[in-house]
Amino acid sequence: MSNKFIILAATSVLALAACSKKPPEELPPAPVQTPAPAPAATRAPAATPTPTGPVAGSQAHFSQTMSGRDVIFFDTDKFDIDSEDAAALRAQAEYLLQYGRANATVEGHADERGTRDYNLALGERRANAAKNYLVSLGVSENRLRTVSYGEERPAATGSTESAWARNRRAVTVLID
Amino acid sequence: MKIRFLLSSILACLAFGIAAPASAQQLTLPEEELETIEQEGDGTTVTVTAESWQDLGIAIASFATNEDVATPANAQGTSALGHELSRIVYNDLRNNGLFRPVGPDSLPRPNYAQVSEPAWGTWRGRSAEMLVQGYVRANADGRLTVGCYLYDVVLEEQLVREGWVVQPAEWRRAAHKCADLVYSRLSGESPFFDSRIAYIAETGPKDNRTKRLAIMDSDGANHRFITNGRSTALTPRYSPDYSKIAYLSYLDGNPRIYVYDVDSGQQTLVTQSSNPTFAPRWSPDGRYLLYSMAIGGNTDIYRIPAGGGTPVRLTNTPGIDVGGSFSPDGSKIVFESDRSGSQQIYVMDADGSNQRRITFFGGRAGTPEWSPRGDQIAFTHIVGDFRIAVMDTNGRNMRDLTDAWHDEAPTWAPNGRIIQFFRTERGTGETSIWQVDLTGENERRLNTPVGASDPAWGPVLP
Repeated sequence: MSNKFIILAATSVLALAACSKKPPEELPPAPVQTPAPAPAATRAPAATPTPTGPVAGSQAHFSQTMSGRDVIFFDTDKFDIDSEDAAALRAQAEYLLQYGRANATVEGHADERGTRDYNLALGERRANAAKNYLVSLGVSENRLRTVSYGEERPAATGSTESAWARNRRAVTVLID
Repeated sequence: MKIRFLLSSILACLAFGIAAPASAQQLTLPEEELETIEQEGDGTTVTVTAESWQDLGIAIASFATNEDVATPANAQGTSALGHELSRIVYNDLRNNGLFRPVGPDSLPRPNYAQVSEPAWGTWRGRSAEMLVQGYVRANADGRLTVGCYLYDVVLEEQLVREGWVVQPAEWRRAAHKCADLVYSRLSGESPFFDSRIAYIAETGPKDNRTKRLAIMDSDGANHRFITNGRSTALTPRYSPDYSKIAYLSYLDGNPRIYVYDVDSGQQTLVTQSSNPTFAPRWSPDGRYLLYSMAIGGNTDIYRIPAGGGTPVRLTNTPGIDVGGSFSPDGSKIVFESDRSGSQQIYVMDADGSNQRRITFFGGRAGTPEWSPRGDQIAFTHIVGDFRIAVMDTNGRNMRDLTDAWHDEAPTWAPNGRIIQFFRTERGTGETSIWQVDLTGENERRLNTPVGASDPAWGPVLP
């Protein structure tokens, strides 16, 4: 039963992937949670954590390594994965394949310009679109959980088009 | 805590006031009560409809007592309690823009004998066309008897009278019953004052907001927070008998519907499925719950017996099918779906058959709620801004009732004449509950202690 839905959802993602999309009208902010200094610039960031940086496979390390690519963005009421999202998800998948013990939550979010129940459903769609893409890249499905926060956890608090663009997102967070 | 409310149709004569109870209803209050806040409506704006009865001048006099004695309902005794009762009747009518009421603070106080024998000359001289009088009496068993009389001053005639026996803790309900009696007798409409509202109380900044399940009487009194705010709570719905509240909580980190038992304070998951569930809705008879569940990102609507059992999936499309509101006879369900590409409103039979779209006007349409009268559907009309709108049950004769930046989630008064909804302010995201009548000409904000969203208006209490 649930396999059918997953296939259906995955098919929708692939079908919609061809659609054109925005970039967000302004760049998303840099991730704020970097308690430790950045790793040495000469090293390949994904492969070699420095002794002074966050522990490899932790959320802090993942967020730092992704450098913004732990978040993908969507158009109003949409959940398709465009080429920019796909690149970000490939980076996430590479990390997750490298650190095979790390599990992750994909959070789906919506902007405030929707009705509450619909936004919860939309957040589910977005989280699953990102998750299914990660699975299609080889990340084991049982390492990924999804949660929709609907419009309840905005990243940008303004009531502007650019704030809404930043809030229509799926965020991958490692489970420490 | 259990409170027994006894309703009796009273009394041939004031002197023999206590009739036998005609029906009994057990009511309950939540155990996890954290705070109680009582407040009166502010009445800064009023809702007026175009009916001719609206122009009636009504004097609402202080309720008398046979003997001023102590009562748990009022520290100053039954005389002061009588005055408070009449003020509630007055505020019910005034705050809802009904009639042209004059309150007890500016009127002479009838004595006990005058309750059944009005001093007509006094009231004629005050250009009151209608007169509401009443009394309160403390009974030997600790309960209170409240009588309510409506007179036509011009005809010098009694139009209707009724009485109720209440526990002291439920004294306000007797006043709401009196306001309902007056309103129904003069307007021909069904009552609605003696009812309650569940909603979400909001505090804190937009990006870290605390959302708590809360309940209050229709006039904002007897306000109580039920959840403590550690988990986000959303979208409550009272069961038709007020014994339970279905709502969404992130209690275990995931959005899931819980059914909170008001009496015991216990709550249970609507379904053991690990999939997220949201948008709970009761059937009019309280026997079933609708909920929406996402599986692999695809949301459909399910029905489950309220006491637990096997869920039945009612929709099966790759789109988002969500919400749902039963027609009053339980035969149909109106719901929203984006299967056509954007949020629109559909109707299906209660078993999920005969699904068909009914909204074919500009913009998107969501959160449909079937009127308790059966003749209208209220919904959120998304046309750039978000408006509260109504339409016939076939989708025709759509009318926007509000015009603000973001109004959402209509809920009907029990008599289908008033709609509550919540309004979000641009920028701050601050929310408040408002109500509007079906003319859309007048709306008012409800007084709540903090920000307020997701109102759910329950039926009239028995």
